[in-house]
Amino acid sequence: MKKNVTISVNGIDQRASVEPRLLLVHFLREVAGLTGTHIGCETSLCGACTVLLDGRAVKSCTVLAVQADGRKVTTVEGLADGDKLHPIQEGFWEEHGLQCGFCTPGMIMCSHDLLEHHPSPSDSEIREGINGNLCRCTGYQHIVAAVRNASRKMSKRATARAGAR
Amino acid sequence: MAKNGKASSNGKAAHWVGKKLKRKEDPRLIQGISHYTDDFKMAGMLYCVLVRSPHAHAEIKAIRTDAARALPGVVAVFTGEDTSAVGGIPCAMQMPDLKVPRHPVLATGRVRYLGEPVAAIVAEDIYTASDAAELVEVDYEPLPVVIDMEKALSSDTPYVHDQFNSNQAFTHTLKNGDIEAAFKKADCIASQRMLNQRLAPIAMEPRAVIAEYLPGENRLTVWSSTQIPHLLKTQISVMVGLPETAVRVIAPEVGGGFGSKLNVYAEEGIVPWLAMKLGRLVKWNETRRENFLATIHGRDTINDVELALKKDGTILGMRARILADLGAYHQLLTPLIPQLTALMHAGCYRIPAIQIDIVGVFTNKMSTDAYRGAGRPEACYNVERIMDIGARELGMDPVEFRLKNFPQPKEFPYTTITGLTYDSAKYQESLKKALKLAGYDALRKRQKAGWKSGKYYGIGVSTYVEICAIGPSAATPAGGWESGTVRIEPTGKVTLLTGASPHGQGEETTFAQLIADELGIDPGDVNVIHGDTLAVPYGIGTFGSRGTAVGGTAAYLATQKLKAKMATLAAHLLGCKPADITIGRGRLSAKGGKKSISFGELVMSAYTARNIPAGFEPGMEATHFFEPSNFTFPFGTHIASVEVDAETGEVKIEKYVGVDDCGNVINPLIVDGQIHGGIAQGLGQAMWEEVIYNEDGQLITGSLMDYVIPKAHFFPEFTLDRTVTPSPVNPMGVKGVGEAGTIASTPCMVNAVCDALAPLGVRHIDMPLKPERVWKAIAAEQSGGMDPLPPELSSAAKRGTSAKAGKSSTRRRP
Repeated sequence: MKKNVTISVNGIDQRASVEPRLLLVHFLREVAGLTGTHIGCETSLCGACTVLLDGRAVKSCTVLAVQADGRKVTTVEGLADGDKLHPIQEGFWEEHGLQCGFCTPGMIMCSHDLLEHHPSPSDSEIREGINGNLCRCTGYQHIVAAVRNASRKMSKRATARAGAR
Repeated sequence: MAKNGKASSNGKAAHWVGKKLKRKEDPRLIQGISHYTDDFKMAGMLYCVLVRSPHAHAEIKAIRTDAARALPGVVAVFTGEDTSAVGGIPCAMQMPDLKVPRHPVLATGRVRYLGEPVAAIVAEDIYTASDAAELVEVDYEPLPVVIDMEKALSSDTPYVHDQFNSNQAFTHTLKNGDIEAAFKKADCIASQRMLNQRLAPIAMEPRAVIAEYLPGENRLTVWSSTQIPHLLKTQISVMVGLPETAVRVIAPEVGGGFGSKLNVYAEEGIVPWLAMKLGRLVKWNETRRENFLATIHGRDTINDVELALKKDGTILGMRARILADLGAYHQLLTPLIPQLTALMHAGCYRIPAIQIDIVGVFTNKMSTDAYRGAGRPEACYNVERIMDIGARELGMDPVEFRLKNFPQPKEFPYTTITGLTYDSAKYQESLKKALKLAGYDALRKRQKAGWKSGKYYGIGVSTYVEICAIGPSAATPAGGWESGTVRIEPTGKVTLLTGASPHGQGEETTFAQLIADELGIDPGDVNVIHGDTLAVPYGIGTFGSRGTAVGGTAAYLATQKLKAKMATLAAHLLGCKPADITIGRGRLSAKGGKKSISFGELVMSAYTARNIPAGFEPGMEATHFFEPSNFTFPFGTHIASVEVDAETGEVKIEKYVGVDDCGNVINPLIVDGQIHGGIAQGLGQAMWEEVIYNEDGQLITGSLMDYVIPKAHFFPEFTLDRTVTPSPVNPMGVKGVGEAGTIASTPCMVNAVCDALAPLGVRHIDMPLKPERVWKAIAAEQSGGMDPLPPELSSAAKRGTSAKAGKSSTRRRP
């Protein structure tokens, strides 16, 4: 009773015949071979498995691969442009927004969604914005700084782009 | 770097130490291209799922595995009978009266805690293995359950282990000074019963184990999410019966540990055994549910603490009786943790007499063991709470009370009544700095003004000291030293092999910083390797805030050996004395600076070895096993400002200030991160976290829905500062910082809330300070009613006077 799916992952079509119960996170890790998306709880409570599905953050441990059929998924591996890190990745690096790094891909993808929709969030909006993602190492303070840092960078670049037009 | 870390030993200013260097670890982590254990997928790999007991205590009558075996894709199913030859899960502790039950990797005959593994399924994929686990039928005959640790010691209780005829696992007494006299002559005895609730460590990466056995080479390779790869290697060899030389353990990227991976678990015996038995690669991943059930818990003690005081606030003595819930079995260090608690009961105070009595108790629960702080947060909580309670009973400000009882800086090294020698400290400076940073006087003013308008503001102060850099081997169960091997490759690039296998602490960066300064090179040229027992000489691991102070010192001292060797060779090549050689900025120079040789040339000449002094050993590699002469004792002051809504019991954390002293700082960014994380976990215990088993031994808080891990919006921004008091115990003057925040913040928060509610007569509330519990504490103080006192508090209800009039009045003890 397998089902054929085609999921665009970071711009590349991934085709597979999958069991209907296969979770998207397992599809990404086992079929697409992208292990940057982590499994921290299997119940959508920790956020380590957060990816973008058609641009919005979802917890891929509670999405079935068949639900993502024909849709676009972006994982943490798809953020950098070649050697050029995404501003959110730069922010996490510069502000020491990670320690063990396990929650980080999910935290980065969640921040991506936040900044897409609220380009200049206040600190408390950042804290609310990432409250579906758990981090046990950092106490969140440097993560907030990282998102703030990324927000500044992205606004500056957006302004520069607008100026260039 | 000299003793104070301000200058390098070659006289040049330190270049990298003290800098906020971005971490070398991060590029792979922020791009999702690093490898945690679960990220490895090898050809032919099988997946293991464990069947776990749904009962806390039961006889296993029968296990039927036929249906599971018949499922297509299932390779094998094993039960405890099959694994009886696998060695038991080890406990490293030895104590005169310690009862150590055999702890099998799969239960046989009886299960003793919820989640104890009873069967192992191996299948071609994880979904099939999980399906098969559902098909295993186990007949259990439930037995009476031991949950309450106090009842567990009564005479009519069932036993967790029948053979001991008791649930008492051990007793431990620490006594010094004339404690009876101290309490006899006391003007005031402050006493309080305090619960330190059971916690779940919850590293974000659940545990995972992969094992591969190659019979031809007789080589067992085990990947495990562990803090202690070398100790694990030794223990696995014992468990599966292979010579230790046949076992290699790899701790790849490890996603947090907090002590929970400072252990040897059943799965670390089962999975290697399965790989050997089946001749296939086998992987096991812990689910979060399993992580709650079968990864160690922390804390869980009942503490009756008493403080004998003179009227003027002088401490005369301290007594505590501590019951420690150990769970059903000992894990690696289970019985050690309460002993660390006993040791740290002197806190940062001059205490002339002490008696701490501890009883370890078996219950039908998961084992407790080292969780961030590991015994010290429990001690600090007892000490800092009873100090506040004592000050209140005497009508003294808690700050004034503390200052009165601190030893003076000139008294260090200071020997405590518990027999420890504190290396260095300036408690007064730390406290004063924190008071200023928090605006203490203004907070007190606002508090008084608040009483008039029905606002309950509280200020909590906690002055802590912790025992770190664990530690001298004589005081540790499995060796307290650490290894470092520095190898300068022929091209001049440096490899450090460190035994202190990290799991998020950034050692690849800090260790590179310290070596770069010593060799006068760029940290980018220092590659830090850890976590592979085949590559790295035997080491102990990262825990107990020991990474930098012990592991970093080993690396530092290995580097000194190489510097001496380089100076010998450089002197030979430049025609001067080794003592005249300085190393820095990529060159080795003779005195006067006229003749020099580049770092790269010098190293290459050590490998080509064509022109070397007589007797000079070619190559450029040195190993140092550093045995510390003492622990280190970081300290600091944390202050919390809160507002409590007396109608709902809700606590708002308004301000949180930490002034920490971890000795010299190598990377301030990483140190701040460690403190932030520690505070968050400590506040988690104070406010939200609690592992609850019900009376049947079922885990009520078995998911992240029920067990509250703090989220970002729970906290205000923490305000940090530091003092720097170098440790004389190691040449870098570093102390350790990983657990400081967890130790300081818990009593700080409870002190703040109890301070806020003191006008309402509330003396103590047990953690976590959930609104319901706070509200009940307030309600209990109201005469039969549920409404808190009206806002127009009488002057008698204010702090100090209420203490004399109310139930927390000064009591004399016979």
